[in-house]
Amino acid sequence: MGLLKGKIFNASILLIVSFIIFAVLLGLIYTGVINEYYALILTLAGINTIVALGLNLITGFTGQLVLGQAGFMMVGAYTTGIILIRFDVPIFAAIIAGGIVAGIFGLFIGIPTLRLRGDYLAITTLGFGEILRVIINNLDNLTGGASGLKGIPTFTDDYLMKPVYSFIWVFWFCVLAILIVGNLIRSSHGRAIISIREDEIAANSMGINVSFYKMFAFIMSAFLAGVGGGLYALLQQYLDPKSTGFLSSVFFVVYVVFGGLGSITGTVVSTVVLTYMQEVLRFLGSYRLVFFGLLLIVMMIFWPKGLFGTKELSIVKPIRKFLAKVFKLKGFEEDSGPVSKSSVQSGVK
Amino acid sequence: MAVLEAQSISIVFGGLKAVSNFDLKLEKNELVGLIGPNGAGKTTVFNMLTGVYNPTSGNIVFDRNDSGDYKSIVGAKPYQITQMGVARTFQNIRLFKDLTVLDNVKIALHFNVKYNALKAILRTPAFFKEEMELTEKARELLKIFSIQDKENELAKNLPYGEQRKLEIVRALATNPKVLLLDEPAAGMNPQETQDLMHLIKFIRDKFGLTILLIEHDMGLVMGICEKIVVLDYGQTIAVGTPAEISKNPRVIKAYLGEEVDAGA
Repeated sequence: MGLLKGKIFNASILLIVSFIIFAVLLGLIYTGVINEYYALILTLAGINTIVALGLNLITGFTGQLVLGQAGFMMVGAYTTGIILIRFDVPIFAAIIAGGIVAGIFGLFIGIPTLRLRGDYLAITTLGFGEILRVIINNLDNLTGGASGLKGIPTFTDDYLMKPVYSFIWVFWFCVLAILIVGNLIRSSHGRAIISIREDEIAANSMGINVSFYKMFAFIMSAFLAGVGGGLYALLQQYLDPKSTGFLSSVFFVVYVVFGGLGSITGTVVSTVVLTYMQEVLRFLGSYRLVFFGLLLIVMMIFWPKGLFGTKELSIVKPIRKFLAKVFKLKGFEEDSGPVSKSSVQSGVK
Repeated sequence: MAVLEAQSISIVFGGLKAVSNFDLKLEKNELVGLIGPNGAGKTTVFNMLTGVYNPTSGNIVFDRNDSGDYKSIVGAKPYQITQMGVARTFQNIRLFKDLTVLDNVKIALHFNVKYNALKAILRTPAFFKEEMELTEKARELLKIFSIQDKENELAKNLPYGEQRKLEIVRALATNPKVLLLDEPAAGMNPQETQDLMHLIKFIRDKFGLTILLIEHDMGLVMGICEKIVVLDYGQTIAVGTPAEISKNPRVIKAYLGEEVDAGA
């Protein structure tokens, strides 16, 4: 079996699996088995996954702690919201615009701070989220001020179909985000990014332009947060300046740390689970935050590297193994390509 | 023609002059040893040559050609100096510990990679082709040091001697003209040191390298270096062949101390 053929096979498996997950969930939402409330949570989990993946890129893979991810998300959300209220543009363009504006914010914050070491970046991005909230509160004409931005259109005009359409949009954006981050990381550029986390001085000595790759990862991260924000604006149809704050950013850090710094599948699993937990525990009121605190403490004691560590859960491998067994193809299960073994070890051993 | 030339470089940390007026001329294909007691400033010299520190005064010149053209590398960033062709290893091993042996080498090959991030995300045929080439190149280099069987092991799980070897492989992967080795034999047993001596000579000839090495193992230094520079308290106290250096009274004094005068 040729290598390229093997690659195409792997890609097809992933595509088919995504379609099956998509079709099943969509069917359940459409028929009402998953009711409107749970569909909303699921969609929200998808959005959080996109934002958390961005954070994992800069914090998990590049090793730079960012505490302002919710800020970037809200930049994207407000951008998309304002554009859609004022202009008649396609939804897709407005979402991407949200990502680009957030990326530009990332660029301007990154220039002075990324040359500093870890903690400074954390504190600056923390400050960014707070400053942003004050600015949004005071730009009444543009952002609606403290009472929030109201009247954002949603994915569809048909109110009853909103859960279905929201889910479709968010699901495919989420798949796209996983694909972008995953493919980027499992390439030479990704290895350059990971080398910064491993040892910045050594990376520099190996000819890696460390500041460039930090900047690149930071902007990508802000872009993904902005895209997630754009989807959030369309889903909620109302934006509250409070959600740019420190607490929301910390939630994203919790998602990423819980799933494993440097694991894409870890981020996806933990974000979906923890977003759901937030809703399940809503009856506890403010005490649900205690639950997350306890969860992190337990986590740090028993699995200090997070659920997955830096490992990835492979979908392709078990399917290949199964097919190899059924059709008795020799060596078929091994052909997961030259890239998968390195960079990020695929498959949980 | 000198490949790398330090012209009277000095560096001051606060009030301490760590290295003063250090001169060095590395001719093509030369194998030079840099020795001296602890704290003499050897690693500081390495750090200046590779751009980690900027010398307070003096100039460092790289790749002077026949017509006398040269570039000064003072002020260049470490990654730029590596890309020009000066690679190094570290005294306290600095491998990418949680990555595989193969990935460690591939990272050093990165700055020559032609495909951009977009092609990587789209997984174009050019991406796969170049990834294969990278893997091949990395494996070839690992083979020279006979650690090709361990390509999928994490760097931190290698025995100490092999970690040192991997550092040299990684430096070689940047395709350097000058290789700076900071205590390559530290922690190795006499047999391993012997093997390393042969390997260093071998790669020098195979890749046409110029090598400068810091070492405390006098057997290794005297065995393979053609020229030795001795540093003490940041100053060059002797330059010469191994035979000359081993007889030089100032060197002996620096290493063993002065005889105590009984009458004093």
